[in-house]
Amino acid sequence: MWSFIHKLGSPKWFYRISAKLQPWFWVAAAGLIVVGTVWGLLFAPADYQQGNSFRIIYVHVPAAFLAQSIFVSMAVAGLVFMVWKIKVADMAAAVMAPLGAAMTFVSLFSGAVWGVPTWGTWWMWDARLTSMLILLFLYLGVIALRGAFTSRDSASRAASVLAMVGVINIPIIKYSVDWWYTLHQPATFTITSRPAMPMDMWLPLLIMVLGFYSFFIALTLMRTRNEILRRESNKRWVRELVEGAK
Amino acid sequence: MLQPETAKLAPGLKPHLKEPSENLLLALKATLKRDLVLMLRRRGEVLNPLVFFALVITLFPIGISPDPELLAIIAPGLLWVAALLAALLSLDSLFRSDYDDGSLEQLLLAPQPLSALALAKVAVHWLLTGLPLALMAPILGIMLALPGGSYVVLAVSLALGSAILSLIGAIGAALTVGLARGGVLLSLLVLPLYIPVLIFGAGAVQAAIAGDPVTAHLAILGALLAVALMLAPWAIAASLRISING
Repeated sequence: MWSFIHKLGSPKWFYRISAKLQPWFWVAAAGLIVVGTVWGLLFAPADYQQGNSFRIIYVHVPAAFLAQSIFVSMAVAGLVFMVWKIKVADMAAAVMAPLGAAMTFVSLFSGAVWGVPTWGTWWMWDARLTSMLILLFLYLGVIALRGAFTSRDSASRAASVLAMVGVINIPIIKYSVDWWYTLHQPATFTITSRPAMPMDMWLPLLIMVLGFYSFFIALTLMRTRNEILRRESNKRWVRELVEGAK
Repeated sequence: MLQPETAKLAPGLKPHLKEPSENLLLALKATLKRDLVLMLRRRGEVLNPLVFFALVITLFPIGISPDPELLAIIAPGLLWVAALLAALLSLDSLFRSDYDDGSLEQLLLAPQPLSALALAKVAVHWLLTGLPLALMAPILGIMLALPGGSYVVLAVSLALGSAILSLIGAIGAALTVGLARGGVLLSLLVLPLYIPVLIFGAGAVQAAIAGDPVTAHLAILGALLAVALMLAPWAIAASLRISING
């Protein structure tokens, strides 16, 4: 167990094992997303209240799931880096942040587009919208802090601390915003009042969520491999790898 | 006639043989006293956030409307947001001068835990920024036609809340103290984390105006303060180490 973790901590070993894992996740991501998209957009029944506009859910919900999971994974990677000084963990955290910010933006944007037919407005200070917006700012803060340091080691440790502080605060922010929203309850139709989903709407959604997670893992593996090559470019094994490929 | 060195010390006073806990108390007292003296000698730095607070409050009636009825509705939020920004403005100088003249490195080298010494510095910051802001807010409340019965709650919620703001803000200040232009970055990092405090602080004042009980809001602010007191010193200490060693 421990030797496995130590091996995983070595960039060279991680580079090798991820080369084997990566194609499987790409295949899974492509397969699941194609099946989920076709099923969700063409075959799932239309919602009796919202008609076809509800189909945005097949992008919106998986993106929102990823947006939250990526922040937690980033903080866990930061903790692993701070405690065990495993460099690969920090490389993974560094490449996760932009993807997480992008997913948060996608979920906000798709939510805004969905808001037009259902609420009649692009933006509402709904509790979930507001906490997602704050999450986007937290992501931007982590990315900006990492970029502000000239020393890479300080940047990594500072970003790890901020990610951990953020992950402790996310539940507090989430519950306080929910609480704030119930105080300011506007009398409008909300998503939560929609009836529970029937099976043939829910299954494609599940497939899309799994597809998005596979995509996240595959992309993180790929970008971590790039980051390893970039940061370890002065190591002999990297040079041999690059020169051998010529 | 030469006397042995030890004879110069008062009987019973052996500086190197003190209990560690007594040492910590001494160091805490010394840090508190030093920071208080330093801040009180730079009165401008203590006064600036207060002037900023008054100025921002002046801008709103000019920018929105001088109508007392309208101002009374938005006053709790305005006062809280303006006080929050004033507290944020003062954060950058929290560790800056100590970083510049090297005394921060001495704090790191001290045998006492850095988290405790950092907590003393944060306490001084709150005493000279948060507390005066809280005491000044009712006066500005009169100018914004804040309804009666909410003045004490405004001051108490700001006093409690600004202590949390100082603790969370110190993490951001510690992370950015090593950067040449950390000011804007600091607000980007810290403001999203301030949102729960704003919600419950402004909520307390609004509840007082509506005649609702305010103890729930104040209790939650107290709980947030307890959590921040427990966790923030460690994050501040870790961040200071990153900024110094980087």
